[in-house]
Formats: sequence, C-alpha cells, structure tokens
Amino acid sequence: MKGAVIAVIIAIALALQTTLARYVTPGANAIDLVFVAVVYISLTGGPVAGLMAGAIAGLAQDALAATGVSVISIGAGVATARSIIGVGGLAKTVVGFVTGIIGTQFIVARPIPRALVFFAATMGHAIIFLGLYSVLDPNYGGTSYGTIASQAGANALAGVLLFQVSESLPGIVDRRRSMSGGMHINRRLD
Amino acid sequence: MAATDIRQRTAVLFIAVMLGHIILISAQVNSRAGVPLLEVVTFGTFAEVQRAASTVTGGVRTAWKGYVNLRGVRAENEQLKKQLADLQVQFQQERAAAEHAHQLEALLGFQRQVGVQTIAAGVIGAGASPDFRTMTVDRGSSAGLKANMAVISPSGVVGRVVTVASRAAKVQLLVDRNAGAGALVERSRAQGVVLGSGEDLLRMDYVSGIADVKPGDTIVASGIDGIYPKGFLIGKVESVDRGAGIFKVIRVRPAVDFNRLEEVLVVTTPPQANAAGGGVS
Repeated sequence: MKGAVIAVIIAIALALQTTLARYVTPGANAIDLVFVAVVYISLTGGPVAGLMAGAIAGLAQDALAATGVSVISIGAGVATARSIIGVGGLAKTVVGFVTGIIGTQFIVARPIPRALVFFAATMGHAIIFLGLYSVLDPNYGGTSYGTIASQAGANALAGVLLFQVSESLPGIVDRRRSMSGGMHINRRLD
Repeated sequence: MAATDIRQRTAVLFIAVMLGHIILISAQVNSRAGVPLLEVVTFGTFAEVQRAASTVTGGVRTAWKGYVNLRGVRAENEQLKKQLADLQVQFQQERAAAEHAHQLEALLGFQRQVGVQTIAAGVIGAGASPDFRTMTVDRGSSAGLKANMAVISPSGVVGRVVTVASRAAKVQLLVDRNAGAGALVERSRAQGVVLGSGEDLLRMDYVSGIADVKPGDTIVASGIDGIYPKGFLIGKVESVDRGAGIFKVIRVRPAVDFNRLEEVLVVTTPPQANAAGGGVS
C-alpha cells in the first residue's frame, strides 16, 4: 500500500471522527474511526503499512487532541494532569505492526475473525496506552473495563462494516457498468 | 535472501518509528512547558479541515432538516430555543448573583460583579481521539479568545480553551481526564476539586470526610481556580462514598450534555483567583 493512500485513508478517518463519530456513539464509549482505519490498513497492507499508518494516525490524534499540562490548586489540594504527544502514536504503531503480522500469517477473511482482530487490537491498544500513561503520569485516572470493552465492540462492528463495504463496492460498480453496457447494446440493437 | 532483507528492513523501520516515539515522549516528560508549538500549528491547520468538513456536513444536515420539517415551524423552533438558552444563561447569572448577596463577603462589602462578558462560538468538530475529550469551536485569537478562558453553555460549565489558532480554538471539556475545576456543594458550601475521568461522570476530590454532601446536591463552580465563573452549574451529585482516606469519594453527573453541544459561550472576563490560594496553570 502506498504512503499517499495511507495518508488519504487516515485523513478521511480523522475528518469523520471529528465531525460524525460523536453522533454515532456518544461520550466515552465513542467509536475510534482512526483506529479502525489503522487496523484496516494493517490487515490489507501488512506490517509496514500498519506501523506507518499507526505512527501517522497516532501522532496526528495526539497532536490534535492533546490538552497540555494543567495544575489546579486550591486550599484543599493540588490536581495535576498532562497529555503527552507520542503515547497514542506508540500504541497505534505497535498495534498496527502486530495486526499487520497477524494479517499476513493468518487468514482473516470472514466477519467473525475480523471482528475478533478489531476487538483484540482495541484491547491491546488500551493496555499499551493506559499502561504508558500510568507509568508517565501518576495522576492519570484510568478507564473502566466496561468503557474499553464497549469501545472495542464498537470498533469491531465498524471494522467489519468497513471490510464489507470495501469488498462489495467493486462488485456493485461492475454490476452497474455491465447493466449500463447491456442497456447501451440493447439501444444500439433497437 | 530477499525475504530476509524485507524482514530486516521492516524490523529496522519498526524500531526506528518506536525510537522516534520514545524520544518524542521523553522530551515532553522532561519538559514543563505547557502547549508545544507543533501542537498549535498542527491544530490550526487541521481546524481549517474541520471547518470545511463541518460546513459540508452542516450544509447537508441543514438541507435535510429543511426538507423534513416545515420551514416556518423550524424557524420558530430555532428562535424559541435561542430565547430559552438566553433565559437559562440569565437565570444562572441571577442565581449566582443571589448567592453572592447572601454570603458574608457581601456583608463585609466585598460584593463582586457576577455578570460575565461572553463571545458566542459554534462547535465545528469533536476531539480527534476518544481518549481525550475536546472539541473545536469556530472562534480563535482574531475574535479575542485566549488560553484558559472558560467555556459555558446555558446548561452549565463546558470546559476551558486550551489551544488557540487565529480562527479556531480547542476546548478541553470538563469530562476530559486532564480537566478540573474548583467546585463547591451549593447547599452546604463544602469545597473541592471536580475532575474529569474521561468517562461520562465527573469525580469530586478533596472534599472532607465530615463534609455534608448528599446524592442530588447541586455542584457549582467555586471560582477559586481563576477560570470558571463562580456559581455556574457543574452538575449534580450521583453518589457519595466514604473513601479510604480522609476525603469522600463523590461522583458527579455533569449538567451539560457534551455530545449535543452546537453553540457555546466563551467567557472573556475570567474571574480573579481567590486570595485563599487557588489557580490553574
């Protein structure tokens, strides 16, 4: 898979994530369309495409969503929190690379195995992401298992749908072409 | 031979990318700087993409609504919504003003103005990652926005401005795991810090174990952080537990539905941090 194609897919996923994703699955359980795109690229393009997609997508998300450092102090106590650019990038790079290897070593061509890969990839991403944050930032709050599981479910569903659409699209286009071609021949015969 | 080369190259590439990330993360962990320049530039550029995407999707949605609903009814509905929003903001300001009048500092002659100056801004995009709860608004430094300005809605406190480009700004929502605000229980005046958890509920920390807090209590901004206007609604107490330490464990349901925000108000006159020692940096 070419770098430009990867960049375009990620850009589209980012645009959809920031404009439409919140209407589909609101709040903390929000779907991560960028992550879905990374796993899709990894499964279709292999480990190199996966790691590149993961690095680009993760860094872009980190840079766009980062909120800097905030220190809130009142008489009762001090709360410090920070966002770190690169943590999401690293997590997505690892997931993209590993998923790419899985895609080349195993046959992942049916909806259920694909859903499992998307689900497991989301869980793996959460473990790396939250693990790194808990090491780097002692004040990091963490995320509940329920939220991670629901995110993984939503990502799995979106990933399977993406594969279905991307695989059925060429067939639909071909059928339309052949239909319009047939009509054209009929017209000529008339 | 060729396969081994490809594998080696892949491994080298993987290690190089990982190394790059680690260097990037290390640089930030060691630094005490607030927002990196890279982030501002990236955000400013992408905000324009978000603006374009929002215009397209907004146009489609508006056209769709226009077809489905009757034009007159829709216009009337929009007008009524706007009126209601204005009244809710006014109500919050009035309530905050009433509280002030009942407090000791009013008796001592330390009355403060509650009315806040605001700029209306439209939401043009949500956060790029569900791990951080942010949104992008269509006003930036050219409209007078600055970092750490409070963002409110008719329902209550929304968050604060964290990154400002010329024509857009990134707002950190109160539910973001890195967000926080000085808060107090309206009924008992017990103080604490409301912190985002990255999920749908907020938590209120540093509230004494002997403080009077019950489920259903209203939590408002204390103004002690120097960002959020005092008296503005944050949410309602969902649950109260005795923590292991000296503080209570309090969960707060935000008053604002962060997924339905279309328009917000940016407070351009931030309150001064309380002399008791508070602030956000």
